[in-house]
Amino acid sequence: MQRIGVFVCHCGSNIAATVDVHKVVELARLEPGVVHAEDYQYMCSEAGQAKIGAAIKEHQLTGLVVCSCSPRMHEATFRKCAQKYGLNPYMVEIANIREHCSWIHKDMQEATEKAVILARAAIAKVNLNTPLQAGESRVTKRALVIGGGIAGIQTALDIADAGYEVDIVEKTPSIGGRMSQLDKTFPTLDCSACILTPKMVDAAGHEKIKIYTYSEVEKVSGFVGDFTVDIRKKARSVDADKCTGCGVCQEKCPSKKTLSEFNRGLGTRSAIYTPFAQAIPNVPVIDRDACIKFKTGKCGVCEKVCQAGAINYAQQDEIITEKYGAIVVATGFDTIKLDKYDEYAYSQSKDVITSLELERVMNAAGPTKGHLERLSDGKAPKEIVFIQCVGSRCSDDRGKPYCSKICCMYTAKHAMLIRDKYPDVNVTVFYIDVRTPGKNFDEFYRRAVEEYGVNYIKGQVGKVAPQPDGSLLVQGVDLLDNKQIKMKADMVVLATAIEPNQGVRNIATMLTASIDTNNFLTEAHPKLRPVESPTAGVFLSGVCQGPKDIPETVSQAGAAAVKVIGLLAKDKLTTNPCTAKADELLCNGCSNCAKVCPYGAITYETCLVNDHGIREERRIAKVNNALCQGCGACTVTCPSGAMDLQGFSNKQLLAEVDAICR
Amino acid sequence: MNFSYYPGCTLRNKAKELDAYARASAEALGFALQELTDWQCCGGVYPLGTDEIATKLASVRALAQARDNGQDLVTLCSACHHVLKRVNDDMRNNADIRTRANNYMMLDTPYAGETKVLHFLEVIRDVIGFEELKKKVVNPLTGRKIGAYYGCLLLRPGKVMAFDDPENPKLLEDFIRALGAEPVVYPYRNECCGGYISLKEPQMAENMCSNIHKNAAGFGAECLITACPLCRYNLNKAENNLPVYYFTELLAEALGVKEAALK
Repeated sequence: MQRIGVFVCHCGSNIAATVDVHKVVELARLEPGVVHAEDYQYMCSEAGQAKIGAAIKEHQLTGLVVCSCSPRMHEATFRKCAQKYGLNPYMVEIANIREHCSWIHKDMQEATEKAVILARAAIAKVNLNTPLQAGESRVTKRALVIGGGIAGIQTALDIADAGYEVDIVEKTPSIGGRMSQLDKTFPTLDCSACILTPKMVDAAGHEKIKIYTYSEVEKVSGFVGDFTVDIRKKARSVDADKCTGCGVCQEKCPSKKTLSEFNRGLGTRSAIYTPFAQAIPNVPVIDRDACIKFKTGKCGVCEKVCQAGAINYAQQDEIITEKYGAIVVATGFDTIKLDKYDEYAYSQSKDVITSLELERVMNAAGPTKGHLERLSDGKAPKEIVFIQCVGSRCSDDRGKPYCSKICCMYTAKHAMLIRDKYPDVNVTVFYIDVRTPGKNFDEFYRRAVEEYGVNYIKGQVGKVAPQPDGSLLVQGVDLLDNKQIKMKADMVVLATAIEPNQGVRNIATMLTASIDTNNFLTEAHPKLRPVESPTAGVFLSGVCQGPKDIPETVSQAGAAAVKVIGLLAKDKLTTNPCTAKADELLCNGCSNCAKVCPYGAITYETCLVNDHGIREERRIAKVNNALCQGCGACTVTCPSGAMDLQGFSNKQLLAEVDAICR
Repeated sequence: MNFSYYPGCTLRNKAKELDAYARASAEALGFALQELTDWQCCGGVYPLGTDEIATKLASVRALAQARDNGQDLVTLCSACHHVLKRVNDDMRNNADIRTRANNYMMLDTPYAGETKVLHFLEVIRDVIGFEELKKKVVNPLTGRKIGAYYGCLLLRPGKVMAFDDPENPKLLEDFIRALGAEPVVYPYRNECCGGYISLKEPQMAENMCSNIHKNAAGFGAECLITACPLCRYNLNKAENNLPVYYFTELLAEALGVKEAALK
């Protein structure tokens, strides 16, 4: 028989305001096995933990039930506490009477009743708990960063500077990401390339960093400290070791009509290309869908002009398998598609562009060589209208419910830059709210209004109507003036909502990392663990976790790196002992468990079994404890009930159910 | 192929030709419009009052009759179509309205939105198909530059009407193309004509319509087509207007049944 202590936490008023904690204590005392019960204001505090320790000694407790917050919050705390006072940490059970009870109920009587039931279930379980021993696993001292934008580059640099090996996997032909497409950055207006390119060079030159561009993560297995990852290095058709980056192949390539991804489709590129001049590596890629040689077999111009003999049409995709201790997701963002926002005439007029497209238009290396001009006729615009929140803060399913966070600032930046360089151009901004929290951000926005004379109108635009003369009629409303507005514009710029990059869902699935309804990766705790995914060993950097600007991204990238360094600095990790185990007398070797195991942790062995005196050889399931994650899929699949999860055995769970239904 | 058909009051007097050309065209296209018996006025405007049930009953009666006929219900007038489709949506998705309407109606089988409401244009697009229509055209309207005028009632609210993209529709353009003419796409083709405001503030409706005409003419349209008698009425009141036709008139012309239709 266990000697169980029950500890009921008030959590200040979080629990105590809705649950009668004294009553919970009083009724818990009556449960079988319970020899002690008490309540305290903050059980997780040092004083609370000391109370638990004292009770363990005084009452020779063998098991604990803590009625408190979610086990995701403090299970580890109380396990550690138990261990400190000589108990096996797996003899602790948490009854979640906060998230599952006090926070979601209003009526005290009902909530108390439920809290008692939850406590009773936990007590019933502890009665059947057995001490479990955590194993150890090794840590591969190498990190993988998925995505080579500013988030990935910064994370990789910080990890590498601490002395650990890092690999960056980037799916496009160059690292640099979105930031490399930007012209200037707020609030300092320094040129994006000037601050990004040195970092790209640092990463490329760092002895601890290996960069796989034009590559994608294809398969991930293993667990924290010991991931095995397959990386598909797509065929570049160019031998990187031979290529000198002279660029002649791109110049001579006769297929030049492919829309440039880097210029957001506003310009064209050749079939053999590097996305931009400062690309790293400076080794081109042949786009096989556009290449004449690949399409018709005739051409081969690049091969002829390449002095280095680097062109290799026969090159094939390569799969690289590598082991990692930690994985950082830094997959970034894209702007949303505007096909549900036809009222802004984006699909109908070339002079309606997104803000990211404007970055390319304003950039000296962009499609207009940095001249502000209409893309329809090349004329200089006199009147430009910016529309904010296109697809952001949207209450229907056309757009996104969240604020994209960066648009207010970059719109102020665009407006200011245009007014500075072209003072005769009128700039109007339609906005819902101007949101500029951030260091020197509001000052920046006010400068746009006060010094640069940008005309800010609070209100939304209902329609952009292209006119027969090529201009655009913008119909909106001025809410402060309570007036309808119709104004002619030569260009309209849409501050388009951002969303996580395509493919992030796929990556999250491979990593078993969770993702929210907007495809942003979920952090382990929104406040206290913002750069860790709930999946151990997987970390988050940049916009893949939520909208953020460059300063915030760089901070988060550093934070993710620190978490990775902390992990890689350990030689061993303790493993979760709550893994599956087959009862060899019950197992009939049917293979059903192996089929459902998502981690490939189950194999079969032929063993000599002594079944009540009958000795025979049987085929029996064996679980690899290092691979098993304790998901329990096998235990519910097993037809003979042979498979059980340690710490969550069928008996324990049924005892909980019985206690609840009692 | 037979459809139940709800003409609506306007098609009985001011917009007789909308109806006549449609019936003749339907015959040429190989389907029959079977007029509902004893149909009543839809009310002309979808009643927005949530506690108002009586004004929805005429629609429910028509919808239920089509259900009993085992047929989809076809309409022509944009306003009728709007009212019938929205009331049908209510009957399907709003339990409160469904219960109250059925309590009034005391039908043999209560009505729960089973009928599919189709606009004549949707029949052409979804049932006949533009390719098929093209094959049936005997007098292609080659060289004519036609602006489609959708108005609001066919398109909005987009989710309930599910007619076309309310911001950038293309059904009528495809229709015009199928008749052999050249569709003129102009941004004001889905702007409001003013609707019933023409009764109270005629000048406002006139201004709105005049903007539509100017915009369409600016992009090179020589005439407009519409499915809505009220839109046509308002558009015709504006100054310097383009000729405005019902889409069925051009359809009948292209199918070679125009003369026969009015006899």
